[in-house]
Amino acid sequence: MMLIDPHAHMISRTTDDYEAMAASGVVALIEPAFWIGQPRTHVGTYIDYLSTIVGWERFRAGQFGIRHYCTIGLNSKEANNQELAEAVMEILPRFALKEGVVAIGEIGYDEQTGLEDRYFRAQLELAKELALPVMIHTPHRDKKRGTTRSMDVILEHGLAPSKVVIDHNNEETVRETLDRGFWAAFSIYPSTKMGNARMVEIMKQYGCERVIVDSACDWGISDPLGVAKTAKLALQQGIPGDQVRLATYANALGAYGQSGQMSEDDWLNPPPVDQRTVYEGNSILRGGRDPLVEEPKVRRRADELLIE
Amino acid sequence: MTTTKELLRTWLTRQLAEPKRVWLEDQLDRLGGGAGDRDLYIALGLAPRRLGRADLALLDGDLEQARTVRSGWDPRGLSVDQAARILMLLAEGSVGRAFADRFRQLCRTADLGEQIAFYRGLPLYPDPELLEDQAAEGTRTNIKAVFEAVAHRSPYPMEQFSENRWNHMVLKALFVGSTLAPIQGLDARANPELATMLHDYAHERWAAGRPVSPELWRCVGPFAEGAMVDDLERVLNTGAEVEQKAAMLALASAPDPRAKDLLARNPAHATAAASEALTWDRLSHELGAG
Repeated sequence: MMLIDPHAHMISRTTDDYEAMAASGVVALIEPAFWIGQPRTHVGTYIDYLSTIVGWERFRAGQFGIRHYCTIGLNSKEANNQELAEAVMEILPRFALKEGVVAIGEIGYDEQTGLEDRYFRAQLELAKELALPVMIHTPHRDKKRGTTRSMDVILEHGLAPSKVVIDHNNEETVRETLDRGFWAAFSIYPSTKMGNARMVEIMKQYGCERVIVDSACDWGISDPLGVAKTAKLALQQGIPGDQVRLATYANALGAYGQSGQMSEDDWLNPPPVDQRTVYEGNSILRGGRDPLVEEPKVRRRADELLIE
Repeated sequence: MTTTKELLRTWLTRQLAEPKRVWLEDQLDRLGGGAGDRDLYIALGLAPRRLGRADLALLDGDLEQARTVRSGWDPRGLSVDQAARILMLLAEGSVGRAFADRFRQLCRTADLGEQIAFYRGLPLYPDPELLEDQAAEGTRTNIKAVFEAVAHRSPYPMEQFSENRWNHMVLKALFVGSTLAPIQGLDARANPELATMLHDYAHERWAAGRPVSPELWRCVGPFAEGAMVDDLERVLNTGAEVEQKAAMLALASAPDPRAKDLLARNPAHATAAASEALTWDRLSHELGAG
């Protein structure tokens, strides 16, 4: 089963995670530009971060047969540092057209301050100008009202809901997000955002049209197999395969493919390996119709003695 | 006299159909007419989207012409978007420190495709000696495709790199699993220091139980003496067939009289080493590295 994890901060993850994701069926993932756990204090570090997610991380993923895409944006937390925010806004147009950038994001609100609002709106305008989809980070606190407000502002700026993914939904926000025509993404993130048993219940109740599952794995305690485990659990609970495929693969492609930067051909028919290619191909797909899926190796066990 | 810029433009406009060609011509004219940085960034960003990524089609005589216009220039393997990006850099027309600063800034914020394109253009830019530091950055990468954009099929490193930089580029090629044969000037710039570095590297590999690329001996042979000849003797007698061939070629190029004696000891080796059929290029080709 092919999977897409449309929200994964791989810059914080290890090669073991890449191996495990590839083995679980992940063929593509999206790395949204975000906060890195502590505030950046200079635009220079922001430039290097954005360069990393359009360059080095893309190469790293390719070594494991995973296609890497990203989103570019100023996140809501750092929007509150006005000096930094102004400088970042200056450089965003320079990164938004890089290869594999599938959206402006993740943008939105954290504490719903005036500065957050200002840069959120400016970035919605940028997305409109460049005809890019948008990935919305909905706030952890005052979530329901923050989510509603995000959608109000998006519509006020004239963006089509079909080009906007509202992420980090939960039971309280999903109805409105879907009713207003947006894509509704859910981050399977232990302890805080959404568990996968709850997710399966949402899939049962709302169906899978415009529903997207992601892991949002990052530098915190999170699970890079969030999409794979949810897919498996959903199938076990009797959700039809085509529905599971929508939520764990096809909808993400439908939403972010609107950028023109992400297509199934990227992993199903990659160009032959030559000096212009930085993608090693996917071992699962290379295996043909009846692929041999190896269990990911657990390398951290201290009794696994041999290191070659 | 045709310039590299004109050649690239001719090849591209010949290949691109109407809307693509018009877009490119328009961008080049605007950049040539003094458009600012923002226009350049957007033009570079849009190049693959507007022009596609097809191979740049070269016809009979193109390669020859390229070499006439710029000695050592090898445009083979370029794609349309790469050629267009190089041309955009050239179109703007700045030279000296201004071009070098802009080149550095562009490389620092480049995505993978841009890095490869920018570095492949190295033989064509103005005041190439000012670009050496940034070119060296390209050889420090662990991304093979980016490394090869600097190191392979380009006269730039052989012309501009200091000996230390050159030596580290050759060694790095082996580290990132790349190949040596496509490096221009490999024989001309071989030196005793590099031979020592490669010889040490071979020993590290052997100590770890890892294979040593037979191509390595090409840069060791002309300076092989003492322990290096001992190693070549061992490879000659116990290596796999392709390694034995490499040892023969290296010994044949070694000034140390003992090297000649080693080859003469086995008539089969002596004959093979003297044969015109055995060359480094053929050997690399056999390795899939040619």
